[in-house]
Amino acid sequence: MARIDLVDLAHSYGGNAAPQETFALKPVTMTWRQGGAYALLGPSGCGKTTLLNVISGIITPSRGKILFDGVDITPLSTQKRNIAQVFQFPVIYDTMTVGQNLAFPLKNRGVPKAEIDKRVAEIGRLLDLEPYLNRKATRLTADAKQKISLGRGLVRSDVAAVLFDEPLTVIDPELKWQLRSKLKALHRELDLTMIYVTHDQTEALTFADTVVVMHDGRVVQSGTPAELFDKPAHTFVGYFIGSPGMNILPAEVRGREARIGGHVIALNRAYDNLPAGAKIEIGVRPEFVEVVAPAPGLLTAKIERLDDLGRIRFARARFGDAKLAARAPAGFTSSDGNAGLKFDSSHVHVYADSLLVEGAA
Amino acid sequence: MDKTVNQKAWFLVLPVFLVVAFSAVLPLMTVVNYSMQDTFGNNQFFWNGVGWFKELLDPSTDLGGRFLASLGRNLFFSMVILAIEVPLGIVVALSMPRQGWTVAACLVILALPLLIPWNVVGTIWQIFGRPDIGLLGYVLNHIGLDYNYVSNDIDAWVTVIVMDVWHWTSLVALLCYAGLKSIPEAYYQAAQIDGASRWAVFKAIQLPKMNRVLLIAVLLRFMDSFMIYTEPFVVTGGGPGNSTTFVSIELVKIALGQFDLGKAAALSLVYNLIILIVCWIFYTVMTNAGAERKPQEGAA
Repeated sequence: MARIDLVDLAHSYGGNAAPQETFALKPVTMTWRQGGAYALLGPSGCGKTTLLNVISGIITPSRGKILFDGVDITPLSTQKRNIAQVFQFPVIYDTMTVGQNLAFPLKNRGVPKAEIDKRVAEIGRLLDLEPYLNRKATRLTADAKQKISLGRGLVRSDVAAVLFDEPLTVIDPELKWQLRSKLKALHRELDLTMIYVTHDQTEALTFADTVVVMHDGRVVQSGTPAELFDKPAHTFVGYFIGSPGMNILPAEVRGREARIGGHVIALNRAYDNLPAGAKIEIGVRPEFVEVVAPAPGLLTAKIERLDDLGRIRFARARFGDAKLAARAPAGFTSSDGNAGLKFDSSHVHVYADSLLVEGAA
Repeated sequence: MDKTVNQKAWFLVLPVFLVVAFSAVLPLMTVVNYSMQDTFGNNQFFWNGVGWFKELLDPSTDLGGRFLASLGRNLFFSMVILAIEVPLGIVVALSMPRQGWTVAACLVILALPLLIPWNVVGTIWQIFGRPDIGLLGYVLNHIGLDYNYVSNDIDAWVTVIVMDVWHWTSLVALLCYAGLKSIPEAYYQAAQIDGASRWAVFKAIQLPKMNRVLLIAVLLRFMDSFMIYTEPFVVTGGGPGNSTTFVSIELVKIALGQFDLGKAAALSLVYNLIILIVCWIFYTVMTNAGAERKPQEGAA
């Protein structure tokens, strides 16, 4: 167990001389506290697996340092880093039984036999692998094999962190829920620092206390699920988190007003010092835009279709070139396909060059 | 009865029957025919029944003695070269690079001995080992080792075994290398994270993943070495004395040297049968081993 500090950490597969835009991982400085549950979230190719492999030592970063409890471990090999990692596809040792598989990391480190037996029994119980401990691991299903992989990651009580690299990819959707809540429970029970890489927002948001969103090799925001939802620091976060994602509309912003195609949307805060020449956009989540009957003073948009998600309905609307999604209240219908849009101004954010701008109160 | 009678299909099947008959059945039956008879030349044959077979399996007769002795030598030879080539092939495969241009270079170098015709391999070693003009023989004698494969049994055996190892270890190494390459990188990373030593990685990951190709390698090398003829014949001619006379060399001596067609026919039938049986055993073991590894419904 340890606090993990990343200090100006970056990695380029082409070496440091390559232009920074091509870095697989752009410089990042952040601290992960001991015992936390973190998720690295982002689309394929955003650098999240690179960051994970840098932490586990499979990749040596081309720049920066990693500290475990203040000790620089950057030059250490994976074996010496005291870290556990679970991979995307199950890795099991064919010739061993399930129990021997679980004991392998402990045996390699010379842990006394009695201690090994105790830990293996405990992990076997937590992962419901008890009936299979004496069976050959090769004969089990993919789910069970991945549970063994998870078990090997969790079996050492002294690890600095347990890293998960999209571990539920091979698991059936139904079992995914079970295993995810299992992991969450294990996190509470075992008091380990866990870092979980995924491209699935549901997985990230349900597992982690802190979600680190990555985009194009950069950490764009790190925060609780609520923070990511309420106040996306980057338009990418707004768009990536939430379903449907945040509406991003080009606008002119002056003071407490945003103008879109001649219509005025009131803002809660004043934006007087926007950088000149920047691309200005406003972002608002579909949950905070309501379609109503057209009325003077409201922005009028054309309804393209209504998506019924059961509990909630979203209208897909078009306004000029811009497309947006908005909440459709119960009973809403549109006779001519036109509707007015009502914005909840406390949830309208302003972005300059994709970055959130904090307005003045 | 409106079933059409059409005998045209016979014209399609008949050529196959003829080809198989002339290429396999008739020659084999000729051998079976010879194995039941004795001849004193002049194309005169006398019925001998199973006499040759009885003699063949009785070590007190000349034929039986020679056959069983050469069979023993052959089995010993196969065991020795398997015991050397399999571990050596694994070591070579493990020490090969896994990426970069050196991979191609290693593969070409390894493949070279496999591409040389058998009797050329024999000739190379025959000359290489000669004490007067051969590099190996000359150097060994020069540093004080009394090495002469023409007169010394042990020297002859060592030469034949080293030659086979030189010729065929590459095959084992290439097969093992293919097995090693098929192991996903994640296994090595996981083993690293689990703190496995080099030996533990070999035992827990590499050896189990290689055991299928190893079975194939053992099968191929056993069959090949059991049927070996050309190389030892070129190097030692079966000598000194009979010390490196393997079954196939003995067979040629009897068939062509003494022109004892009956004895030779009986011997080749038994020889063939042994090879078929060993093949079948290996095949059964391999398919069973494969079936065992199929995943079964278990924990979920």
